[in-house]
Amino acid sequence: MIKAIDKQRYILDFTLSSLWRRKGKNLALVLVYTLVVFILGSVMFFTQALKNEAAVVLRGSPEIIVQKIVAGRHDLIPVSYGSRIGKIRGVNAVKARFWGYYYDPVAKANYTLMVPEDLPLKDQEIVVGAGISRVRRVFRGNSIVFRTYDGKPATFFLKGILSPESELLSSDLILISAPGFASLFGIPPDRATDLTVQVANKKEIPTIAAKIVDALPDTRAITREEILRTYDAVFDWRGGIMIAILAGAVLAFLIFAWDKAAGLSAEEKREIGILKAIGWETADVLQMKFWEGLVISLSSFFLGIILAYFHIFYASATLFEPVLKGWSVLYPHFNLTPFISGYQIAILFFITVIPYTVATIIPSWRAATIDPDAVMRT
Amino acid sequence: MIELQHLRKVFNAGWPNEYVAIHDLNLEIAAHQVTVLTGPSGSGKTTVLSLLGCMARPTAGRIMLGEREITSLPERFLTQIRRTTFGFIFQQFNLIRGITVLENVMLPAYPLGEPLGGLKKRALNLLDLLNLASKAAAKVEWLSGGEAQRTAIARALVNNPGVIIADEPTAHLDTGLSREFLDIMRDFKGQGKTILIASHDPMVHDSEIVDRVVRMRDGRIIDAGVF
Repeated sequence: MIKAIDKQRYILDFTLSSLWRRKGKNLALVLVYTLVVFILGSVMFFTQALKNEAAVVLRGSPEIIVQKIVAGRHDLIPVSYGSRIGKIRGVNAVKARFWGYYYDPVAKANYTLMVPEDLPLKDQEIVVGAGISRVRRVFRGNSIVFRTYDGKPATFFLKGILSPESELLSSDLILISAPGFASLFGIPPDRATDLTVQVANKKEIPTIAAKIVDALPDTRAITREEILRTYDAVFDWRGGIMIAILAGAVLAFLIFAWDKAAGLSAEEKREIGILKAIGWETADVLQMKFWEGLVISLSSFFLGIILAYFHIFYASATLFEPVLKGWSVLYPHFNLTPFISGYQIAILFFITVIPYTVATIIPSWRAATIDPDAVMRT
Repeated sequence: MIELQHLRKVFNAGWPNEYVAIHDLNLEIAAHQVTVLTGPSGSGKTTVLSLLGCMARPTAGRIMLGEREITSLPERFLTQIRRTTFGFIFQQFNLIRGITVLENVMLPAYPLGEPLGGLKKRALNLLDLLNLASKAAAKVEWLSGGEAQRTAIARALVNNPGVIIADEPTAHLDTGLSREFLDIMRDFKGQGKTILIASHDPMVHDSEIVDRVVRMRDGRIIDAGVF
């Protein structure tokens, strides 16, 4: 047993020194390999982290949202619908929500406006997200002027800026009072953007949603699960697009790996011949090739994963922002909550390390079966 | 005693470039002696060395190592015999560049998995014996021709083989270094090793350490020499 361990140690030692002797070629391979793992890992971490983030945020969102539909499009909903929904058995509470979008020609950006339920604001007070504060250079106590629906200027005062922790979702957010919102957009007093419904028993959500649509045929009821599914689909789709584009890169890498392993240099062939001539078995050479593959693939794999981890969770996924996030102007500066699942790592392992091993196994075997007397004839 | 019986070796059998390197060759090689195979290029000297050193298999015939018939053994056992019974010194030295003299010498012992301490000590003793102790940590590409060959000799001896096989060992050495090589071989002969050399260098086959000269031509023995 100790002999077997010592033998593997000798072979591993020799493998490492062989790799180092051909460092140019091997470092190039490790670099390309690491890059592939880094890109694939980044896409995976990023999509998963965004999905998690969305799930965490939506955990506190209402069970059902009711919106009025006119000609297939979302319209303002009469607040009176709330009392009708409130009469459905199982409904705990119904609240009117006010939110919308405002295009700011100064920043050339769209803001999301919301009337908060639990933050008392005076008519002209607002709280803005960090992105807006950065772009418009406005801070607590400053004023900001928006144009109302009828073209008149409306001045609002900054009561505060939202905390940077929630920046992914609140970068472009403005919290505004209900009267302020109504005067800015000209919302009639008996209308709201939509209604939120709280349900006592979670299992009854689909039934209650169906009853709402039955009672109010010009509305749609959106459940929290549906929103979550949409988020998942959107992020999966974006991640999928990236992976599809990267499939070409992975293929190129496999060709590169095959070429590297198959195209053993004359020097490498000579070395294997010498080893066999001085008493190494085919199995010993195969073990050496196995260690070589393992050292290259594992070091590249872990290096790629670590770099991807830092890229996504500490460098705000700088390289992917435009592709994977929806923002056009107000890029949020944020750090995603680090999250890694064993499943993801396993998938990444199988789409990088396994293909490399398969691509190199036949050339390695061919190299290992060089006749030992080959060196006698050179 | 090594015995070759009706040995025949054909390269590329069945192909248009088929080539018979050895024809029905019979030879007995005595233990603890220096035997030299000589003959022009292409006479089959190297093929005989690689066959009896278990590096290649004959197309027909048998090789007896002592009482044991080794021709039909599987590759694993042949490798084991090659590792423990034979030490090879090649014409081109065939050292591995980029690693040290000491590592080159220890290389044949790696698959045996013996503890590093003992192996290192044995390799250093051999280097000391061959006046190479000061070069142990040097990379082999920095060595002179004589030093490279002595490194190759140390490597051939690291597993303490009973038989030393040398293929044209003086082909790349000047007269002084060739003499030095023969002196080293004399010492090993004195230690009871069997030495088998393929060479067409008169300095080798005329040397007084040689017990027997076997002359070959076109894959056949034309003069088996005297025991």
